[in-house]
Amino acid sequence: MLNEYVLILVSTILVNNFVLVKFLGLCPFMGVSKNIDTAIGMGFATTFVLTLASISSYLINTYILIPFELEYLRTIAFIVAIAAVVGFTELVVHKTSPVLHQSLGVFLPLITTNCAVLGVALLNVGQANGFLASGVYGFGAAIGFSFVLVLFSAIRERIESANVPTIFQGVPIALITAGLMSMAFMGFIGLA
Amino acid sequence: MLDSVFIFSSLALLLGLILGYAAIKFKVSGNPLVEQIDAILPQTQCAQCDYPGCRPYAEAIASGEAQINQCPPGGQDGVDALADLLNIETMELNSEHGETKPKRVAVVDEEVCIGCTLCIQACPVDAFVGSTKVMTSVIADECTGCDLCLPVCPVDCIDMVEVKPTMRNFVPNISEVVNA
Repeated sequence: MLNEYVLILVSTILVNNFVLVKFLGLCPFMGVSKNIDTAIGMGFATTFVLTLASISSYLINTYILIPFELEYLRTIAFIVAIAAVVGFTELVVHKTSPVLHQSLGVFLPLITTNCAVLGVALLNVGQANGFLASGVYGFGAAIGFSFVLVLFSAIRERIESANVPTIFQGVPIALITAGLMSMAFMGFIGLA
Repeated sequence: MLDSVFIFSSLALLLGLILGYAAIKFKVSGNPLVEQIDAILPQTQCAQCDYPGCRPYAEAIASGEAQINQCPPGGQDGVDALADLLNIETMELNSEHGETKPKRVAVVDEEVCIGCTLCIQACPVDAFVGSTKVMTSVIADECTGCDLCLPVCPVDCIDMVEVKPTMRNFVPNISEVVNA
């Protein structure tokens, strides 16, 4: 039983990493990775949202949509739940860390449209995950997202001081770096 | 069809109620970032930053309207502290707004003062004591050395005097001690 959850965690963090292998959630991956402190804050916010959103979307799906045969409304119902969780997170972050709220800026409410969040909720339904498995899957996906976000922002901080050819400066070199990281993560496929 | 509308509305209503409760529970009065910036600023209220005082300048920084390098009394240390708080690159103090000067207080030449009270109106921290046609005096502990009283005095009886460190107000310069 415990084995199964550990396997889900390893699989979502390394093997099926949402950003580098499934290519979901690339917008905040590029947008909030200029500074490592901001990236860590974004990682925490996304972890909170993803875990809560996957649990609440599981509850909505199991106890509201399936009994009333409303599965065709799944996407809308999940988006509503995710938006509520994000709104809640924004209130908490604004209260606890105004500096983080300032530096995350528009990317905090944009977690709503982070396709990784909706992706996790829909994949949970597709894989028929149970309550705990859904939570672990969402948590693992979020840890994977935060992990590569922090790694990537650390790399980008180093690139800042590197001598990059003019045409590659800024976003181009960042995209190339992301591609190289993605290839590196493909190497984990043998793990699970 | 109708019951799906009903179920969906009640779901949205429930989530709305949770959010509404959270909004009250986590209510933020004012902008806490402004408080943190204001705490770093020196509170001289000298208006050299082009804002009427330290708090308006803090609000301008928080909204991204002003740069962090417009406060000469805060000096380069103040700019660095602001950059550290806001997680941005530090910058040189903008010399257009003036130079960092050592702490000074206003002293009224009591022989010359005519009791016009203009300096009382100009003082941002109410450090002047006096009344019409009565000689005016300065509460040295309140005076921030902002120079705002100098231009309004019609008889130029106010001098800015550097505060010599005494046993009571001496603050060692940490960076000098460390580098020595």
